[in-house]
Amino acid sequence: MDRRVFGVESEFGLTHRPETGRGLPPDELARYLFRPVVEFGRSSNIFIPNGSRLYLDVGSHPEYATAECDDLIDLIAADRAGERVMHDLALAAEERIHRDGFTGQVYVLKNNVDSAGNSYGSHENYLIPRTTHFRRLSGILLPFLVTRQIIAGAGRVVPADESSQAHFAFSQRADHMWEGISSATTRSRPIINTRDEPHADAASHRRLHVIVGDSNMSTTTSLLRYGSTDLVLRMIEAGVPIDDFELENPIAAIRQISHDITGGARVRTRAGDEFTAVQIQRGILQRVSRFVSERGAHHEHVDRVLQLWERALEAVESGDHSLIDQDIDWAIKKRLVQDVATQKGLDLSHPRLEQIDMAYHDVNPHRGLFHLLARRGRATSILTEEQISQAMTTPPPTRAAVRGEFLSTARAYGAECTVDWVHHKLTGRPLEAIMVKDPFAQQDDRVDTLLNKLGDRQSQLRERSFDERSDNAVTVALSDKYALITGAEPPEPPLI
Amino acid sequence: MSAQPQKQPHRHGGGDQPESADAAQVQGNPQSTERAAELDSLLDEIDTVLESNAEEFVKGFVQKGGQ
Repeated sequence: MDRRVFGVESEFGLTHRPETGRGLPPDELARYLFRPVVEFGRSSNIFIPNGSRLYLDVGSHPEYATAECDDLIDLIAADRAGERVMHDLALAAEERIHRDGFTGQVYVLKNNVDSAGNSYGSHENYLIPRTTHFRRLSGILLPFLVTRQIIAGAGRVVPADESSQAHFAFSQRADHMWEGISSATTRSRPIINTRDEPHADAASHRRLHVIVGDSNMSTTTSLLRYGSTDLVLRMIEAGVPIDDFELENPIAAIRQISHDITGGARVRTRAGDEFTAVQIQRGILQRVSRFVSERGAHHEHVDRVLQLWERALEAVESGDHSLIDQDIDWAIKKRLVQDVATQKGLDLSHPRLEQIDMAYHDVNPHRGLFHLLARRGRATSILTEEQISQAMTTPPPTRAAVRGEFLSTARAYGAECTVDWVHHKLTGRPLEAIMVKDPFAQQDDRVDTLLNKLGDRQSQLRERSFDERSDNAVTVALSDKYALITGAEPPEPPLI
Repeated sequence: MSAQPQKQPHRHGGGDQPESADAAQVQGNPQSTERAAELDSLLDEIDTVLESNAEEFVKGFVQKGGQ
């Protein structure tokens, strides 16, 4: 597919650090965090005006699912907007906690592991044609995903245990994958989840759900992660033959690769060959490069993705990680950890370094170590602040725009409504509920007709400015797009 | 897990024989002095934002399972 719909769902870690003693338990803290969400949408599981979804998942994880995006930059901006929303909610929670007589700080971490071995995810969704042969897809995609950590992993300081010393690994999630492909998420954690909820026309599309990825802080790393995966999918969809890298044991391989930061780990294919992750990635990259040179680039960032990809492989292969230590999360983090360890004379098993690993993922732009490094020029970005702010209020130009407009208009008129990825329903007009199956649709006549029944939108609704929206809200993402001009007629009651 | 990375250079806790590239160049040209100063200032800033008791922070960061 030249045009594809993407989305990413991030689960965040949440913790409260009082001045002394233990922090609030996770469920209570999550309730504090989500209080403004419940106040805005009367539920802890809501769609918000920018088209994304904000909710509390199993285990009290705050989660942000971006709206459907058809552009990589939009996707990355939407994901970063989610971090800002969490930060804003954390500040509000902290204030309220203090008012209730507690002390301390609230941390929201965009990482994937806690110190007790629990893991939570960063799930990617790719819309793929229903015609894609799934067995062939997984045969190519699995080895790609197993090795993708060397170009897009978030890096991890792994504490010592019975079998190994403390060391630095490529990936946060690798140790928490238990199967190659399956339909379960909590029990068995497969790399590719076959749960097939396309949120689109199921006759033509399916949704590929990838749960192996690490949460990225670096937008440059995100570009490589989603950009490379999209290119590999594009090539699979085009039926291009590709070298056989099917792995004998993907789960053993993903761990082996993660824990050898030299890139020297060799993994066995079903055919009995042994390859390093770099060799597999390079084999795929060569195919992709040839494919792009034959068919042309399908978006403006393809060159950048290919260059980054090549540079990341060179860095791992040569051991010269400075080639990517401003661009790729694991290398940015590893440089920081090494600098601190060297300067302070700490061994990798020192808790300070594990703390630094965690603090790298702190979404607080003033306190989070990734943000601190970015300010000092030790991490690159592909986004501007404006793009992130805009993504907090504005849906991307896909079906998300229909959802956002529906939600914002209904709210302005005080009309109760329910929406999900596909459905749009005014509670007062249940028989007129509308399904929008095309995720690329930026506009839908039926939805417009329904909204017109609420009133003359042109003359009655005034769009509020960004400043106006942010002034009175905990987060600008939870603010109304429209104000109803006073004196406007109330909407006509529905005819029954 | 057989192949553990052994790439981390040996660290001599507080030793006077600097080993990293950054530290080794301290005595060199003004540029590297500047880099060392930058690194010091980075580490100082990190110390101001991190909770001082690392172990408590790490141990306190426990989530329930997810997904």
